[in-house]
Formats: sequence, C-alpha cells, structure tokens
Amino acid sequence: MHTLSINGNEQQVDVPGDMPLLWVLRDVLGMTGTKFGCGIAQCGVCTVHLDGKAVRSCVLPISSAVGHEISTIEAIGETEVGQKVQASWLEHEVVQCGYCQSGQIMSAVALLEKQPDADDAAIDAAMAGNLCRCATYTRIRAAIKSVSQA
Amino acid sequence: MNTLKNILVLLGLSLVSGGAMAAGTDTQASADALVKKGAYLAKAADCVACHTTKKGKPFAGGVEFELPFGSLFSPNITPDVDTGIGAWTDDEFVSALQEGVGRDGKHYYPAFPYTSYSLMPRDEILAIKAYLFSLPAVKQAPIENTLSFPFNQRWGMFFWNALFLDNQRYEPDSKQSAEWNRGAYLVQGPGHCGECHTPRTIFQSLDKDQALAGAPIQGWQAYNISADPLYGIGAWSVEDLTHYMAKGYASGHGFAGGPMASVVEHSLSQLTPQDQKAIAVYLKSTPAHSSGIARATTDDLSARAVVVDDLGSKIFAEACAACHRWDGEGNQSPTAKLAGLKTVNDPAAANLLGVLLNGHSNMGSPVDQRMPNFAKGYNDQELAAVSSFVLKHFGQSGGVVTPEAVAERRKVKSH
Amino acid sequence: MEKPRFKSSRRRFLQGSTLAMGGLVLSTWLPPLIARSAAADAVAPGRLGEQSPTGYGAFVRVGHDGRVTVISPKIEMGQGTHTGIAMMVAEELEVSLDQVEVVDAPPNHKLYSDALLEFQGTGGSTATRVTWEPLRQAGATARILLIQAAALGWKVAPSQCHAENAVVFGPNGLRAGYGELVDAASALPVPTDVPLKKPEQFKLIGKPLQRVDTPNKVNGKTKFTIDLSVPDMQIASTLTCPVHGGTLRSVDDSAARKVPGVRDVVKLDNAVAVIASNYWACQQGLNALKIDWDLGANASINSAELEQALQDASSRDGVIAHKTGDISASLKSASSQFEAVYEQAFLSHSPLEPMTCVVHVRPDACDLWVGTQVPVFAQQTAAQVTGLAPETITVHNQLIGGAFGRRLDFDFITQAVAIAKQVSYPIKLIWSREEDMTHDMYRPHYVDRITAAFEGDKLLGWQHRIAGASVLARYAGSLPENGVDADAVEVAIEPLYAMDNLQVHYIREEPKAIPVSWWRGVGPLRSTYVLESFIDELAHNAKADPLEYRLKLMQGQPRAQAVLKMLAEKADWKTPLPAGQGRGLSVSAVFGSFVASMVELEMQGDKGVRIKRLVSVIDCGLVTNPTSVMAQIEGGTLFGLSAAFFNEILLEQGQVQQTNFHNYRQIRISEVPGVEVHLMPSLELPGGVGEAGTALIAPALVNALHAASGERVRRLPLTRAGYYIV
Repeated sequence: MHTLSINGNEQQVDVPGDMPLLWVLRDVLGMTGTKFGCGIAQCGVCTVHLDGKAVRSCVLPISSAVGHEISTIEAIGETEVGQKVQASWLEHEVVQCGYCQSGQIMSAVALLEKQPDADDAAIDAAMAGNLCRCATYTRIRAAIKSVSQA
Repeated sequence: MNTLKNILVLLGLSLVSGGAMAAGTDTQASADALVKKGAYLAKAADCVACHTTKKGKPFAGGVEFELPFGSLFSPNITPDVDTGIGAWTDDEFVSALQEGVGRDGKHYYPAFPYTSYSLMPRDEILAIKAYLFSLPAVKQAPIENTLSFPFNQRWGMFFWNALFLDNQRYEPDSKQSAEWNRGAYLVQGPGHCGECHTPRTIFQSLDKDQALAGAPIQGWQAYNISADPLYGIGAWSVEDLTHYMAKGYASGHGFAGGPMASVVEHSLSQLTPQDQKAIAVYLKSTPAHSSGIARATTDDLSARAVVVDDLGSKIFAEACAACHRWDGEGNQSPTAKLAGLKTVNDPAAANLLGVLLNGHSNMGSPVDQRMPNFAKGYNDQELAAVSSFVLKHFGQSGGVVTPEAVAERRKVKSH
Repeated sequence: MEKPRFKSSRRRFLQGSTLAMGGLVLSTWLPPLIARSAAADAVAPGRLGEQSPTGYGAFVRVGHDGRVTVISPKIEMGQGTHTGIAMMVAEELEVSLDQVEVVDAPPNHKLYSDALLEFQGTGGSTATRVTWEPLRQAGATARILLIQAAALGWKVAPSQCHAENAVVFGPNGLRAGYGELVDAASALPVPTDVPLKKPEQFKLIGKPLQRVDTPNKVNGKTKFTIDLSVPDMQIASTLTCPVHGGTLRSVDDSAARKVPGVRDVVKLDNAVAVIASNYWACQQGLNALKIDWDLGANASINSAELEQALQDASSRDGVIAHKTGDISASLKSASSQFEAVYEQAFLSHSPLEPMTCVVHVRPDACDLWVGTQVPVFAQQTAAQVTGLAPETITVHNQLIGGAFGRRLDFDFITQAVAIAKQVSYPIKLIWSREEDMTHDMYRPHYVDRITAAFEGDKLLGWQHRIAGASVLARYAGSLPENGVDADAVEVAIEPLYAMDNLQVHYIREEPKAIPVSWWRGVGPLRSTYVLESFIDELAHNAKADPLEYRLKLMQGQPRAQAVLKMLAEKADWKTPLPAGQGRGLSVSAVFGSFVASMVELEMQGDKGVRIKRLVSVIDCGLVTNPTSVMAQIEGGTLFGLSAAFFNEILLEQGQVQQTNFHNYRQIRISEVPGVEVHLMPSLELPGGVGEAGTALIAPALVNALHAASGERVRRLPLTRAGYYIV
C-alpha cells in the first residue's frame, strides 16, 4: 500500500512499487487527463508535477513519488499560473487534436512557475521534450510568451 | 589462529549460498553438493559471459574477442566429447585454469583469464568441472581463431607465461580478517576483476603496480576501482558497493553498463550477501591509485541557467532532460542520476557514448526503466554535441567529443 | 453483385455493394436507420428535425430548450471540423456558436457519405468542401421552418419575421424562442427551395471564432478513446507478429498469467493479447510471454531490395495516366534533356494517441467506442468478426488524439473485436507505441523518374514515371480497369506549368512485407514534392530566378500566380541573403486550394541546418474559420517538415526497425520557427486545408537547402544525406 499526495489529496493505492505513476493515475485512480504516448519519456504527454517540477509519469515508479506532492492537469487550473496558461492556450487557439496538450500545459506551467519571464531559449529548454504531432508549436510559443511577457 | 581457521572454512568448506550445504567437506560431499559448489564458483568466475553467445546455448562457446591482430573465439566447455571438454581429465582441466595450457598442450591466449584462475585451488577447479559435466552436452564445433602472424603462434605464450604467470594458489594474509581474505580471493581469483580493471603493460600483462586503477575494454572504460576516494571507489560505502553488486547500481556513484552489466547480472548479483560484502571490504582496502577518471563534482548544478543555446543543449533538452533533468538528479530511476558520475567526467566519454549508442536496461528493472538506444535516430554530429554538452554541464574534465570519435565508437561491437 | 465504380479520383472510388478492404470483404451497407449512438441518444423525440431523419434532419435537431444539436458527418481529429460545421449550421440557423452542440454521426452510409469520397469518412481534406452546401442548407431549412411556425402562430406573413440569436421576431415586438416553436415547426412540410446567405451577409462564417472542442482539452476533461471506461472493463494489449503476414505458432503464457493483475491471455491468428486490470500489468504480462512465431514468407525482406525493385520499376513503362501531345517525339527531337529521380520513404503516422478501441461483445449485440475516420467500416468489421448483424453493432465515435490517415484503417478495431469476442467483459485495447509504430499501415515509398525535353530554352514537356505501391488498390480491393491509381498521379497529371507534351506513367510496384495506407497529404503531397523539386532544378539549370521561372510557365493559373506573388512579397523573396543561407519555394494546387510555401534556412557547417523562416500563403476560397485554416497550415507544414527531414521506415528481415520516438524522431519546438500564414482573400468555393500545408513543405525545404548549400537532395528524408537541425 502506497500513500500518494495528488493535487493536495491523500490517496492510498495498493500496487507494486515499480508501477509507473502514469498507470496508477489512469488505470487505478481513473484520472485520465494525463496521457500515454511513448512509455520512454520521449514525448511528454504524460507530464505531471512532482514538487512543482515537470516529470514524465510514464517512467516514474510510484515508489519514487511517495512523499512528494504530485499535481496533474486536472487541478492545475487551481493555481494562478495554471489558470493563466490555460486561458492563454484558449486565447491563442493552440489546441488541435488536444492529446498532447495536458503535457504541454504542465511543462509550460512548471517553466513559468520557475521562470516567470521565460524567453525563447528557456522555452526551448523546457518545452523541447514535449512532442505535438499536430505540431502546434507556433501557438504554444506564442501562448507561453503572452504569459511570460505580460 | 582463529582467523586462519576462518579463512580455511571460507575458502574451502562453505562456499555455497542458501545454506544448501552448510556442513561437510569436499571429500565427503555428495556429487550433487560438488555440482552445486561448482555452479556457484562458475558464477563467481562468470564463465558464462565469455562462453555463451547472445543466442547460443549456455557454455557452448563461440563468443568473439576482437583484438588488434585478429579475433579469438571462446571454446565450447560443455561436456560434449567431440567438440567440448567431455573427454578431459581432471589434470587437464586443472592445467587449463592454473597454467593456461590446454589438453593438447596448446597454450591459451590470456583473453582466457587463467592468470587469475591460477589462484584457485585444485578442488574448486574440479568443482567447476563437475558442474560443467553435469550440464547437457552441446555439439558445437569451436570457431577457428583468425589471428595473424606472429600472434597465431601459440608457443609464444610459453615465454609470456614464464614472465607473467605466477602459477600459485591464493595465499591468505593472516594479518587480515577472514572476510577481507575472502574478498581478496574472489576479486583476484575467480572474479578476475583485474582482467578488465587493471591496466595492461605493453606485453598485455596486468600492471600489478596499478592494480584496479582502471582500463579501457571494448570501447568502454572499466573504471578505477581501487580505494582512491576521487578516482576509485574509496568514497563509496560498503553498502553502496554491495548494492551495486546486487542491483547493478549505486545511486550517485554509478550503474553497471556495457560489459559490466553482464558481470553484475550473471556473476556479482548471484553471490551471497556475505561474499558481496567481502568483496566490498577488500576493494576499499586496496592501494589507492589516483589515476584514470575522477568523479564529477556536483556543485551548483540546480542553479545553472537552463537554456538551449547550441546543438548539444538542444538535444539534451529534446531527448535527455526528461529523465536526467538539467540538474542531473534524475527523477525516474536511481540509474537516471548523472550528477557526480565518472561517466560525465571522462573526457573521452567512453561509457557515455557506450550508453547512448547501446541504451541501458538495468538488470531486473521493469521495461519502463530502460534508456533507449539513440544510435539510429541521431547522427555523429548530434551525439558528439550532446556528449560534449553533458561533459561540460555535469563534469569538469573539459572534454569535447568529436563526431569522428562517435563514428569510431559505432564500429565497436559489444557483447 | 455490382463492382466498385471508379471515377477520376481516389475520392470517388467507393461506390457499390461490395468492398474488399485489407483482406476483408464488406458485403453489406447499412440499412438506412440511425443506430443507437451518442448522436441518436442526443436526438430525443419531439425535436425539430426528428420527423425528417433524412435531409436537414440528418444534420440538425432543435430541442424544446432551444438548444441546437448538429450531427456532424465529419469526426474531429484536431482539424477543427466540428467547429467549422457548427459555424455553417449556426450561420444559417441564426444561432450563436455556444447554443450548438456537435455530436458525431452514427454509421450510416446512405445519410452521411462524403460526396467526394463516396463513403462515410473523414479524410482527403474534403470536410469543408462537401459539407459547405448541405450543412448550411440544413441550418437554413430549420430556420425557415421555425419562422414559418412563428408566422402561422402569429398569423403574419413569414416575410414579416426574421430570426436572430435563436429567437424569431415578428412585427410589433412579437418574439418567440426556438424551443417554443419546435412542435409547430415539426408539423410543417419541409421547404424545397432554400436560399442561402450571400457571403456579405455572413455573421459567423469568416470570423476567427473560438473552437467548440478546445476548452475541455486544456483541463484534461476531454475523453479520448484511450480515456474511456465502461463497467467491468479490462485493459488489453497485444504483441503482433513482428513480420507482416506471419502467424502465431504457439505461446507459453504460464509466467504471464502469474503477473499480478493479469486476467486472461488470448490468442489470435497473428497476435497474443494479455488482458489485465491495468495497462502496465498487460505490458509485464506481454514481456513474460514466450512466443513462437511463424514469421512467414516475408521474414527475409530488407528495405534495400524493396527500394531496388522500385528504382527498377521507375525505368519501366507503366499504364498511361495522362497523355498530352507526344513526349516521345519531343524527347527525340529535343535539343537537350534533363532527367531526375526522386525518392520518398515509407512513413508511419504515429499519432500521439496510439491505436485504441473499447469494445464489448455480447451474444446479441456489440458496442464499439472508438475514434475512427470510418464508422461504417468499423461497424462492418465488427459484424464480420462477431457474426452479428451490422445493425446490432453500435459505434460510439470519439474525439481523436491524432490520426493523419491512420484511422482510415480499422485493423486495430478488427483486432480489438477479435479479442473481445473471446471474453465476456468489455475490453479496452491499447497498443504500445512500439506496436503502433511497427504495425502501422505505411505511406508508400515512391520512386519518380521525370525527364524533360527542351528546344533551346523552351520546355517542350516531360515524361513522368511514378512507381510505388497502390494505396487505393489496397484500400478498395482493386484498381479500376485502366490500372491507374488516381491518388498516386493526382497533381502530376495536372501540373501548373504550361507544356505541350506531358506523359505520366503509373507503374504499380507492390512491396512485400509492408502494408500501405493514406497518409496526410496523400497523392498531392507526393507529386508536389517531385514537381516542385524538378521545376526548381530546371530553373537552376536555366540560371533563372526560381520565382520568375515558375511565374513565366504558369499560364492560365491566376490563383496559383497570385499566391506565389503574395508569398514572394511576404517572404521578402527579393531581399538578398548572405552566403550559406537560402530560400526555397513551392507552389501547388491541392485539395481544391492554391498554396505557396517558402523556407529560409542557414547552413552551419556542412550539414547543420538552421531553419529560419517558414511562410505560407493559401487561397482556399471562402474561409469558414480563419483561425482554423491558419492553424491547419501551421501544423500541417511542420508535420510535413518533420517527415521530410527525419522520417523513414526501414525493414530488416521483414521487421520494421523504427520503434518509438527516439529512432523515429518528430520535429520539436526547439527546432523550428513559428509558421507565418497568410490567407488570400477569396470568394471561390471552399477548398481543403487539412493537408495543404503538409503537401507543400518538402520541396520548399530541399529547394532552400540547395540554395544555401548547393547540394540537391532528391531522396527524402534529409537525415539520410547526413543533415541535422541545429
């Protein structure tokens, strides 16, 4: 039995310690906002925050998440930066199919929390691990910049 | 004389894990017990690593050793009479391991670590033989070596052996503990650690003045494992070392990649916790050699600016940072931590390139914990750039990796 | 039994009662009824439109609460079509977009067939083009009925009334909400003559309105197929034989069954499925299987031999797809000739949502919850696998996490149903990324050989040989009698450039071991790459400016000329660049639109490429939602750039070597500038946009590379020639 702190709530899960957080969220807790894309941390659609840092939940064993604050797309709108980023995403009409956008938004929020005035080089560093097959990058960059330069 | 007695017990009487044969001596042991003892020793000696190909049957040989002057192929050591060692007598087998001279009087090349095995007593060697003879015979003819002249002249080894083979059994050091002696025996004898970790002289013999000071092997770097705290394993705790042997990694110190991954999987992790600890205790006592690759220092990594400003940082951001993080802490698995590793401080990036080109999968870890192999998706310039970035960002070696070095490294076959 | 009839284009090939697809023979079309589905559920009795399930009623329902339900014949996979279709209906119905809910049409070939595709499907960039008339008409019809109902009630002439914002207004302040009028309107006869608004009357169409599907896509609430859960559902995942055509000989599943969470192991002809309470347990279970495959006849196939066969084929004559003048005579009499051979690689779709399908098979019925571009085919394959009647199979179509053509195939649906048939509970099949990439249906590898004849400087014409697998034949079962794959030769048979002699050969060369399918951009993409590379080479040979050279040859192509000229202006074509930098152009008429694209790049070292600018101009006729059009060109451009730079699927011993995004790279935000898109004002009929950006980028890229480095790359991807992005 592992106790996880997800979006401020304590959750008990009875799963093996090496089960990745992604599948605990999705298949055990029914929190499907965090997506599966590659399973090897190369696409970023499974991005969540662990103590505010963007991490890939598809390769994060749950045993490494115990004792840390996990936050997911479902609750990111409750933070000030999260709310701004979501609003900016809609304002810039970033989304196409939308499948990667949970991860994009989680990476963007982690970036802006740490670096509120993020520039292009910082955006590249923080967002390069998030693939978008619809290739909405033009608008992702614009949406982040409208928050960081506001 | 308690110590000496303990040593004798350790060396000769109770080698096997799990208490399966807690009592009894070799002479009293049943055939089964002898086979079990031999099986354990075969693991300690990691016979399987060199005598089994990737898809081949165990111990049937055929593994290629590429040398500058040709290739050697390991022989079939299953009990097949025609193609293996089924017809060998005890003396012949002992001679092979202790003297490096085969059944037909042929000298072995020291790719076969008989200079280490030579430290093993006859009874242990015969236990290994008993184990090998208990296995199914595999009919598989040995592959001819392809050495060029003069290296194909086996008789030359006679002189080499005269110079470099002591042909003596392990002599316990009565000033040391039984545990220490056990460790020393395992490291120097069956474990043959020095065969990879000790630099060689121009005669290809082990440089005993530099024991365990690190050496290159198959493109990889077998690191300095002497007791030096910066260059060797001196800063590792005994627990770090035993964890490494048991699990394949010690977080913040390193993980077993390349050939070492196989050593951990097939040999070290199979040893009893007591033997693992004995090895650790011994290694920490070896003479420190301040040579080879130093551990990287880890100051201020989290404070560094995180930006993409060149090809190397671009690729790190795209393909590496998700697991390893910009601060090198690694958040996915203990093996993802880069900060403080020798791998990021080797100016030649030997093991860094090895892992990039081959990927890494830690023994026993679920599939989710593997590092993919980036050889096909990224070209030499890209891998050189990201390697150089990693060296610069996480280490202090000042090393820069060239595309040519990556191209060279791609040519190295790994077993 | 009637055979499929083929017309001039791949979009007109699926008519008739028999259709062979992917080895399946689908022998029955659906009866004309709306099966139970999300759409049907939303259509409660008593709504306007319900009494007329065909015509406008197939698309529009108005409830007593005044809410409008639009039944979309096109599924949403990111292209914004739900929004566009809702805007068309809302425009004529005089409601605002937030009063509209969009649901996917149930499988019903008769009601929802695409007039260009001739089956019910989403693909080929047809959505706006084919819905433009009927969906606006549906909205207008409903509006007229509501106005008539109000007028009757008020005893005034309909001409004295008008509708606005879901309310009908009459004289003297009379007003009635749509909801109040539904019952009366439902009783009225359906009008036959329905006038539509003129563009200058549009209130919504042409405005950059917020998409209807995006708010829930930024907060994790949107459920894609992979996110669905139904009671008692278990997760399934498969290992399919690594060689196409191979089969399962046997499997030892004893260790897999011991993995905690694993419930069942199911054998299929060519795959093994592990069913468990969670996906991770499935993967651990699959990892523990000991499988003995019969790899079959394809197990020795390598890419090199497939490519050689295609290269050889490009030197042969094939069937004549087009002939103007006499190119053979021209080549004989020509004062000079120029030949080039272009190659384009096999490509995977790799949408980020892998293939996934929820299915529950019961003795008497079956439910499918799946994002599919082809709901009727999904229904039919389920019927075939289960032996159930198609009308007992309900397809609940879902929002799609990327398709790019992949979900025009239904192999994964077939597999999901085959697994579900063997168990009593619902399953959700999820392919791992590795399964998805190695068991895709790939964009074919094409080899084009093109030979131009000149008399002095004058281009007499060219001979164009196109060799490749036929997607059309694989999809429809066969090619028409003339043997031409209309998709493969599209664009190539109608070049923008004036010439008296043109001959296009189609040489069908089917590679073994690798199934082929539609891939975003389809025929126009492959042919645009060849033509726009070739014309650039001709311009270079003539020492002419590539822009001027094109414009001079583009006779009678005012729209193409216009986009090209606008591009030149927007992209600063005339401004010189320093050495080591270059610009490349492309222009084409694709999917009913005219598009021109420019790439500007800089070389760093021999092979390092920094992409500095990407500019596109599109004339896609009347624009429904300019934001969606721009987003499609932006994304489509980078999607195509990704493939042109990085991607090729290779076979070794019959097995696909690319397994995941570390060895099948996709373009990342750090590698490209934003895409600048300019819309050409136009009152022409709408053209397609979803694939237009993708189709133009590769030639612009290689042309820019040539301008910057002097090296002409004729074979994609660029990584093959050692290039990398810096």
